[in-house]
Amino acid sequence: MGLLDKEFSDGNIVVAKVDDLLNWARLSSVWQLGFGLACCAIEMMATSASHYDFDRFGVIPRNTPRQADIIIISGTVTLKMATRIKRLYEQMPDPKYIISMGSCANCGGPYWEHGYHVLKGVDRVIPVDVYVPGCPPRPEALLEGLIKLREKIRKESLRKKSE
Amino acid sequence: MKNPEEIFEILKKEFSDAIVSLDKELPTEQIISVDPLQINKIGEFLRDNEELKFDSLMCLSGVDDANGTKIKEENGSEKIQNGTLSVYYHLHSIELKHKITLRVSIPREDAKVESVENIWKCANWHEREAFDLFGIVFLNHPDLRRILMPYDWEGYPLRKDYENPEFYQGMKVPY
Repeated sequence: MGLLDKEFSDGNIVVAKVDDLLNWARLSSVWQLGFGLACCAIEMMATSASHYDFDRFGVIPRNTPRQADIIIISGTVTLKMATRIKRLYEQMPDPKYIISMGSCANCGGPYWEHGYHVLKGVDRVIPVDVYVPGCPPRPEALLEGLIKLREKIRKESLRKKSE
Repeated sequence: MKNPEEIFEILKKEFSDAIVSLDKELPTEQIISVDPLQINKIGEFLRDNEELKFDSLMCLSGVDDANGTKIKEENGSEKIQNGTLSVYYHLHSIELKHKITLRVSIPREDAKVESVENIWKCANWHEREAFDLFGIVFLNHPDLRRILMPYDWEGYPLRKDYENPEFYQGMKVPY
């Protein structure tokens, strides 16, 4: 952990770096924007439900981008939707993170050649932190994507967002 | 309950010149071809006639028949000239339990069909879809806007000679 297993020098005092403390707080309550696009959204909802329990990682859906830390792009991004996704992303407060879930959001998926209406990868409009492959990915895969994101947040510094 | 031949005879008696032909030699169902600018009153007759009672429009679909002459353009793309587009109407009578398929064919350069929205309300969105993807204009339609593609989209994606744009609102479209 790096935070709690070190210093309990006196009673109720924890000694830690501000970076570690902030990162720990951020990665322990990543509130996601309640936003689903296609069949991947069904898997995302299954991940939220009791069987896989997203909430044990502090992930709870928020209904407004202004209270969300993370947006999971779960499904096919059409060109019509891409403009809306960009606006939602811009409405989220910093620090904000993006998980691209499934082949469609990663690169266009089965629509890569003949999908005249599909954006070939959501990273063409917004910067993605973690790509989760699969069509659709199982809840376990999405959970691993979230754990990867938590590792990324843990390495952040106040000076610089980690790569 | 009536079979397509009987329905064709009834229509032929009522409308004569507007009913073009009955296509029997198809592997699927038999299809009646009709005049695109008289489909409205034919539809009204089909719905209200006591022997027919087609109270349900199951589906309305646009089709590109891909039957024109292909012309190579300088930039390597292909355009189709003098072909036809078609609209298919699949009708069903819930009361009398019979079915019929109608077809109208129109030139692709001037694709205009009468709307049947005032006869079967469900045709509203079906016609908007056919307009959106094939560019078929439905005359007297109350709200003929695109239904799936963005309003500022150019071209009709399901036409056989459709060319995908390079960019849409600054986003690259091809892979």
